[in-house]
Amino acid sequence: MDTAVETKALRRVYRTGRQEVVALDGVDLQVARGERFGVLGPNGAGKTTLIKILVTLLLPSSGVALVDGLDVVTQFRELRHRIAMVSGGENVGFGMLKVKEQLWMFSQFYGMPSKPAKHRIAELLERLGLSEAADRRVSALSSGMRQKMNLIRGLITNPRILFLDEPTVALDVGAARDVRDEVRRWMAEDPTRTVILTTHYMMEADELCDRVAIVNRGRIVAEGTPAELKRRVQQDAIVDLQLSPGSRLLDALRGIDGVAAASVAEQDGIDRFSLQLSSDAALGGVMRVVEGSGRQIRGVQKREVTLEDAFVKLVGRGMAEEEQG
Amino acid sequence: MSHPSALRIFLKTIVARGYPRFVSTHRNRAWVFTETLLPLIGTIAMIYVYRALHAPARYLGFVVLGGVLLAFWQNVVYSMATQFFWDRGAGNLELFAMAPTSLAAILLGMAIGGAWVSLTRAITILLVASVLFGVGYSAAGLLPALGVFVLTISALYCLGMLLASLFLFFQREAWNLADAMQEPIYFVSGFYFPVRSLGAVVAGLGSLVPLTLGLDAIRQLVLPGTPQFIPIGWEILAIVVQIVLYAVLSQLSLRYMERQARQDARLILRST
Repeated sequence: MDTAVETKALRRVYRTGRQEVVALDGVDLQVARGERFGVLGPNGAGKTTLIKILVTLLLPSSGVALVDGLDVVTQFRELRHRIAMVSGGENVGFGMLKVKEQLWMFSQFYGMPSKPAKHRIAELLERLGLSEAADRRVSALSSGMRQKMNLIRGLITNPRILFLDEPTVALDVGAARDVRDEVRRWMAEDPTRTVILTTHYMMEADELCDRVAIVNRGRIVAEGTPAELKRRVQQDAIVDLQLSPGSRLLDALRGIDGVAAASVAEQDGIDRFSLQLSSDAALGGVMRVVEGSGRQIRGVQKREVTLEDAFVKLVGRGMAEEEQG
Repeated sequence: MSHPSALRIFLKTIVARGYPRFVSTHRNRAWVFTETLLPLIGTIAMIYVYRALHAPARYLGFVVLGGVLLAFWQNVVYSMATQFFWDRGAGNLELFAMAPTSLAAILLGMAIGGAWVSLTRAITILLVASVLFGVGYSAAGLLPALGVFVLTISALYCLGMLLASLFLFFQREAWNLADAMQEPIYFVSGFYFPVRSLGAVVAGLGSLVPLTLGLDAIRQLVLPGTPQFIPIGWEILAIVVQIVLYAVLSQLSLRYMERQARQDARLILRST
């Protein structure tokens, strides 16, 4: 395999006073050149630490990380010519500058000749539908436009490997789709380009990534194509249960025989439970627990397996839940 | 893979990072008031103090020249040394750090971009205050004084680069310290009076800031009769040594800071 990114026993420990927090705990990873690779995990799982190490901003405590064949510890100066990173919610640059000026400024930090840089910026602005905003001040952009501009910043220098850290966080549906479409288009232009993506959005990972790794508590707990991961829970029946708010129920549901995994997310004042049942008979037990809780059932639905279901089964909780949720 | 040379990236970075500073002066003209007229009023106020005390005419010149160089000191402290601290908060610093450029070039770009404002402020104070209060200068000393000025500013910007990494290490405490040290530095550098008045020990300590020696040398050159701290030749030599010393120290310090930043995520990263 022609490898774009490889890590071996990668470990990173943060020390604050006497306290040690293990952010990465022996991560082994291989990403092939030309892949769109997703790194999924709950908050604090170690995704961002992994990305920061791979883009040379952080040193690992131990282990090896090679990006484009270069060691992130010793060959970082050469590596910085070949990579770019775009993070979600970025507010970088200078509000006083026009969009095209800000993009030009960042291109100069890579030594790009001005004329080709400006040409490339105009082309990318056009592709992302931002041509009309080229002369607008950065401070006047909406969050969606700003994130498209950030993506352009990452693409101008034509990196061999693009790191996207939660690139669509807090974007509306249309802007998020535009960002994903551009990533796909950019990859399609050159089959040797590689994207490493971290995301909270399972649908995004499912739609965009060739392969994903699920990270939990600093370790990779599963790796494969979205289809492979979904097959791990294919034998289970997936039931969505919508209940009125009330007392804590998740642990009780998880304790029922035949409930393989359960997660909950609150939406519009309704608790939406997602249950993985290893047998249909478990549904009876679920209903008895719900009745006993005094909550009202607002809806029950059996549906197809999603990547989120695989995630819940592997990590033990949903993306939106807190550690002990 | 072939890349642009390090020198090319260095020069392009200076221009690119200076650009926002430069264009912002055109897009927000409020600086003309805050950065030029207000400091001019401060200088004029000090001139009135000397006039009220019936000080010799050359003392008015001391104040004007002090006001001129003060502009560059403030540019170095507030537009250069503290900027990485703010850039870190905005998330700019991690993008600067992961680009194949040097942080020294980023700092120089900031300083040179901001020098336009400092230069305007300095020229305004020099012309307006000198004309208003009839301050005269020795024509023979003007060219050498310009040379000393260039050397002094070079040393000052090298010191600014050193301070930039120190500010990042000490974060907000350094910012508070810079504010607290502002008036003492004005005092020991002799911004408004000949530094010799402070005595050898205090003036010697004040000379760690290149402005102290530069200002004293410029005053000696263009305001005959200035009480001499040390001979001009020695002052120029000391400034040249400071250029070399602060340039080397700033490079070592920036490299150390970069290495430490990769160990300790808090130094450069926006949030971890």
